[in-house]
Amino acid sequence: MARFGMVIDTKKCVGCMDCVVACKTENDVPDGHCRDWISQRLQGEMPDLRLTITSERCNHCDSPPCVTCCPTGASHVQDFGKVVLVDHDKCIGCKACLAACPYGARFIHPDGYADKCTFCMHRVERGQAPACVDVCPTRCMHFGDLDDPESEVSRLIATRRHFVLKPDAGTRPRIFYLE
Amino acid sequence: MIELLTTRHNPLVDPTLHVWEWQIPVYLFLGGWVAGSMVLTGYLQRQARAPGQSSVSDRLPWIGLVLISLGMGALFLDLEHKLYVWRMYLTLQPLSPMSWGGWILLLVYPVLALGALAMLADGALDRWPRLGAFARQLQSHTATRWLSVANIVVGIALGIYTGILLSSLGARPLWASAVLGPLFLVSGLSAGAAFAHVIAPGHEEQEQLLRFDNLFLMTELGLIALFLIGLLTVGAVHAQAAQLLLGGPFTAVFWVLVVGLGILLPLAIQSLMVAGRIPHTIVAPLLVLLGGLALRFVIVYAGQYSEWISP
Repeated sequence: MARFGMVIDTKKCVGCMDCVVACKTENDVPDGHCRDWISQRLQGEMPDLRLTITSERCNHCDSPPCVTCCPTGASHVQDFGKVVLVDHDKCIGCKACLAACPYGARFIHPDGYADKCTFCMHRVERGQAPACVDVCPTRCMHFGDLDDPESEVSRLIATRRHFVLKPDAGTRPRIFYLE
Repeated sequence: MIELLTTRHNPLVDPTLHVWEWQIPVYLFLGGWVAGSMVLTGYLQRQARAPGQSSVSDRLPWIGLVLISLGMGALFLDLEHKLYVWRMYLTLQPLSPMSWGGWILLLVYPVLALGALAMLADGALDRWPRLGAFARQLQSHTATRWLSVANIVVGIALGIYTGILLSSLGARPLWASAVLGPLFLVSGLSAGAAFAHVIAPGHEEQEQLLRFDNLFLMTELGLIALFLIGLLTVGAVHAQAAQLLLGGPFTAVFWVLVVGLGILLPLAIQSLMVAGRIPHTIVAPLLVLLGGLALRFVIVYAGQYSEWISP
């Protein structure tokens, strides 16, 4: 059984926001909201500064607090790819999942339900990559099965230095950033 | 130095999380108050009393029904997908305290309703003889004892769940404390005792409730101390969250409204009342209720403000 994840090369990402635009277009994300976004972290002291650009979204955590806190089971882990999804017809809009996510990856859709990145499952089920991965002009984003040692994402994680966001939160995120 | 810039600007999430506004603290306060009232009702129902002697436990179930309905109304107003609320009751999610809470609230209503029915005066149900007969059955010694146990068990469950609900959301370091459950329960007991003291029909019961409330207030102080010590000692992220109450934007309201006016001042006034140095007044119970409400507001708002700061 696949366990989808993403690897993003921060050495190649230029923060062009093509991934953000592609997601909004592909998933009809409402105005004023976003399922993915760009962050820039400036670390260090002058003159030793380091700028890291990261394309961020739901981390589809292996230990997702948004799923365990959900009172209706609307937030769930799908069997195919172990992807964290929201069943809109079960969501009551209590916002517990928004409070439980350390990444701020969720928002309330104007129609009232919790919304977030789906790893473009409608595309993946057709054999395509998520829209953000497909459009990236620097090819810094990689998508695949983390449980398959021969997949591109597994090989990149095995051979390159990487980090995940907020590891101390204990959620075991599945988006890895190459340093 | 770390400077973080982000293009994200989602409503309710950025720049800091603010998904829950007045509705949730009000619900948590009213739920805690009802929980405390239920536990006290259960305790007082087990006490022997002379024939015809009235007790505040006769009145509390009716008031509890009103308060919990107001609380659930506030909870409903908070929902963003209101028409789907019935989905709560098609499932029990064992890992979700909110799911447990939904079912506990369903237990609260029948326990309060049975208590209220049992306390109706003879003749009040003359137009509904079957209901009247049922009410008389509820007044039997056996039924009263079962009802008192149900009040205590459901009351404790309701009071503790309101705290665990927050502490289970691990992404908010300020809420990551097991003390929140007992703290909210004891705060609810304190609110319940303070209010019951005001409406208690007999002087002896008033004195007893005052002594209880003083005990609850002192316990609450101890739990607040444990809550802060726990956050300060568990790690950097949690210690930073504690600073919200110890030197940050919520410090003044926490120490002035919650601890000062909500616990210490009423504790002092009520101690003088118990000692017979000053007459009974509703000022202290009102302050206790104000402090309980302020506690929920501070914890809910400051908790949303706190977040994991690692990269």
